Amino acid sequence: MSEVKTNVPVLRLENITMQFGGVVAINNLSLEVNQGEIVALIGPNGAGKTTAFNCVTGVYEPTNGIVDFHGKPIVVNHPQGKMIKQYGGINGDLYKDRKPVVHTPDKITHMGIARTFQNIRLFKSQTAFENVLIGTHLRRSSNFLTATFRLNMKEEKAMREKAMNLLEIVGLADVANELATSLPYGKQRRLEIARALATDPTLLLLDEPAAGMNPQETDELGEFIVDIKNQFNLTVFMIEHHMNLVMDISDRIYVLDFGKQIAEGTPEEIQKNPVVIAAYLGVDEE
Amino acid sequence: MFDTLLPYLLAGVSVGGQYALIAVGYTLVYGILRLINFAHGDIFTAAGFFMVYLVASVPLPLAIPLVIILTVVLGFVVERVAYKPLRSAPRMSIMISAIGVSYLLQNLMWYVTGGLAKQYPVLPGLSQTIQIGSATTKLVTIVTPILTIALVVALVMLINHTKIGMAMRAVSVDFETSQLMGIKINNVISVTFIIGSAMAAIGSLLYFTNYTAVTPTVGAMPGLKAFVAAVFGGIGSIPGAMIGALIIGICENLIKAAGWTAFSDAFTFALLIVVLLFRPTGLFGEKTTDKV
Amino acid sequence: MKKGNKRLIISLVFVALLYAAGCLIEHTAGTKSMVVTVLQKGAVYALIAVSMNLLNGFTGLFSLGQAGFMLVGAYSYAILTIPMAKRAAVYQYYNGGWVQFTIGVIPALLVAGIVAALFAALIGMPVLRLKGDYLAIATLGFAEIIRAIVQWDTIGPLTNGSNLLKTYPTLKNIMPGNTVLFTFIVVGVCIGLILLLINSTYGRAFKAIRDDEVAAEAMGINLFHHKQMAFVISSFFAGIGGALLAMYQGSLQANSFKSSMTYEILLIVVIGGMGSVSGSIMASFLFIACSEWWLRFLDAETVLGNFKVPLLAPGFRMVVFSVVIMVVVLFFRKGIMGDRELWELGSRRGAKGGRK
Repeated sequence: MSEVKTNVPVLRLENITMQFGGVVAINNLSLEVNQGEIVALIGPNGAGKTTAFNCVTGVYEPTNGIVDFHGKPIVVNHPQGKMIKQYGGINGDLYKDRKPVVHTPDKITHMGIARTFQNIRLFKSQTAFENVLIGTHLRRSSNFLTATFRLNMKEEKAMREKAMNLLEIVGLADVANELATSLPYGKQRRLEIARALATDPTLLLLDEPAAGMNPQETDELGEFIVDIKNQFNLTVFMIEHHMNLVMDISDRIYVLDFGKQIAEGTPEEIQKNPVVIAAYLGVDEE
Repeated sequence: MFDTLLPYLLAGVSVGGQYALIAVGYTLVYGILRLINFAHGDIFTAAGFFMVYLVASVPLPLAIPLVIILTVVLGFVVERVAYKPLRSAPRMSIMISAIGVSYLLQNLMWYVTGGLAKQYPVLPGLSQTIQIGSATTKLVTIVTPILTIALVVALVMLINHTKIGMAMRAVSVDFETSQLMGIKINNVISVTFIIGSAMAAIGSLLYFTNYTAVTPTVGAMPGLKAFVAAVFGGIGSIPGAMIGALIIGICENLIKAAGWTAFSDAFTFALLIVVLLFRPTGLFGEKTTDKV
Repeated sequence: MKKGNKRLIISLVFVALLYAAGCLIEHTAGTKSMVVTVLQKGAVYALIAVSMNLLNGFTGLFSLGQAGFMLVGAYSYAILTIPMAKRAAVYQYYNGGWVQFTIGVIPALLVAGIVAALFAALIGMPVLRLKGDYLAIATLGFAEIIRAIVQWDTIGPLTNGSNLLKTYPTLKNIMPGNTVLFTFIVVGVCIGLILLLINSTYGRAFKAIRDDEVAAEAMGINLFHHKQMAFVISSFFAGIGGALLAMYQGSLQANSFKSSMTYEILLIVVIGGMGSVSGSIMASFLFIACSEWWLRFLDAETVLGNFKVPLLAPGFRMVVFSVVIMVVVLFFRKGIMGDRELWELGSRRGAKGGRK
């Protein structure tokens, strides 16, 4: 794992705009997540939250802006080609002279950013253990020949131990050999997190980890997230709708509406913020 | 120079039009079901055999509509038996079923015909030789492009100006939502296969007038080429399929004219690769984005 | 002894017994007997089916290019092993041909695989970026292009154009009297290697790609790199399979490697179960037995007393066979083994209850 500089934000988005055709999904978003923080991204449905995640993890190429990870740019882009005329956001000229930087999601994961998905994406034909084991593949030093001829037995053993260890930590050791998709929903979510942890991340992106959970499960999840954050020395950036969870464990919150950041602050500040309340609950028509 | 090329150009336009009629079936079915109907080429072959056997027992003016009807029934039955049950299955399963149907049809045709090539009957009105410029050719060379264009125009009007056409367009854009909106999916799909099979049957009348030896595997190559034409023209676009087919037919024959006969078939596949790599939506297709 | 090791030893003993049985059958029934033919061809098809399953069933890449790679492998083998003395006669239209040396059978087999793998590497670069059905038709297209190129007159001195390739070492003269053993050994080694790959971390990565590409990529698996790997390795073994097919047939012609050959392999894989190596092996032998040997009575015109039994005529066997395949495709989509292996039955993984 790379050296963690504690004075540089782990993740920094600068002027990220994501435009699909004529639709501006994210408009000039800037935010920071610092080492050891749990930062939440909230906002009404369709606000652009998962899109923001996808811009960080390389699924989408943002139309404009920069993403820095531990101080190094992992995504850089500015409007090009047809987009120059179509661009509906601001700051389109800021990064004109910088060379675009784009990575596929697997490279981003390599660098230390792991994620879970809004709709659980476990490997359907694999057991819980195998799902986590697949997460260890990216840190291999073997190639297909050494793996085929079993010259990598030590590494394979270490990977298996690590996967089993992770399962124990998340409390799923007893269902290790069950098919991942046959597990109850709450356990599946924890399994997805265990799988993400297997990739040795420094930053964990959680997309609605509490979706579909009842209040008790949500509480347990909250404790769980704080536990693993401390145990693995992580930084957590999460999208959530369950306000209890968000207010309980977040250090800071960003609020997104129609792709724009409308508020930022600690849980107390956000709860009292009239702009946020208006966005979620609407404003009285006088 | 033009004089030496003329027979090839005429052959190209003729076979291109025939490919177009087959291609329409592919593009319609792919647009709605996202299925490459591997069996379509064999349905085309079957149409050829239907004519061969019908002419022995039924007068020609009756045989021609009967061929079309039988081919349509065949296409309808194939869809109901082999594709409908797999509509909710993963995409690969239905493609495998199409390959299975193709395999079955070929073996069935081999069994019924005994494996020897059958001679396609002479259709008066199509087989007569005529003179175009310096080239001698059959009447079918003129009839094909005219008939093809007429049918394609009629089809486009059906798609754009009738209720069933609108239903077909809706289903090809969003299958599930169309069902929720009350569109009778089974009818739409059946109509699609009926139209495709009918066009293939008409195409067979024209094609086998030129290439009179009918064997169980004779439709495989034209089928594949018609499919490439559909992709080249833009999957989902009927005029695109026609234009793609004409271009393929003409180029294929120009390559023969240049002496590279061995590569006239391979050209079509090379074209397919180029299209897939550089412009997968084809000449006139629509771009669709997938949401993650 | 650990359960896994016990299973392994039982499996190896079972396999050894199969080999012994194969040998015995050949020595009693004779090399030219129908049983032996089925065992030879079945084994060759088993390798090809497993190689296709690696790509389609385990990695989820629907490729229809198998015939092309088999063709390349078959021709590489044949071209390199034609005895010097016979070259002039075989390449009679091309002045003896370009290749004026001969190498041994085993090195030629390896070269067959490597050449096929090289073709796959080249083709994979553009083609593997395509999705689903487009990948299928692109690979189909390439297979057809390869078939056309191999028959091209200009490289006739290499490939003998559209003429037959013959006189290269065939099963009958490599290990006469033990053709089944030879085939089983080569196929066994190859399938063994594929199994080792599938059970390694790379095999797990392939399955991840099959199950959910997006999630696999998010877990740090480079999609293109791994797809390319599966494609090239699958083609390597398809090439060796093609070479074995050449040995089995005794003569080669490019035109017989049509897309219908790929379709047959695909149907075998489906019947055996996509994602099951043991399924592919069993289905291959079943398929070959049915198409070459059993059910032949369906092809014979039979007269019972004064009554001619309807339907029984040449070709009926294949019709029945095709119908059976359709039944499997429609009603038993998972095939014989689904995505489980024969040796997993009885473990939690193989148990019906563990699957959704």
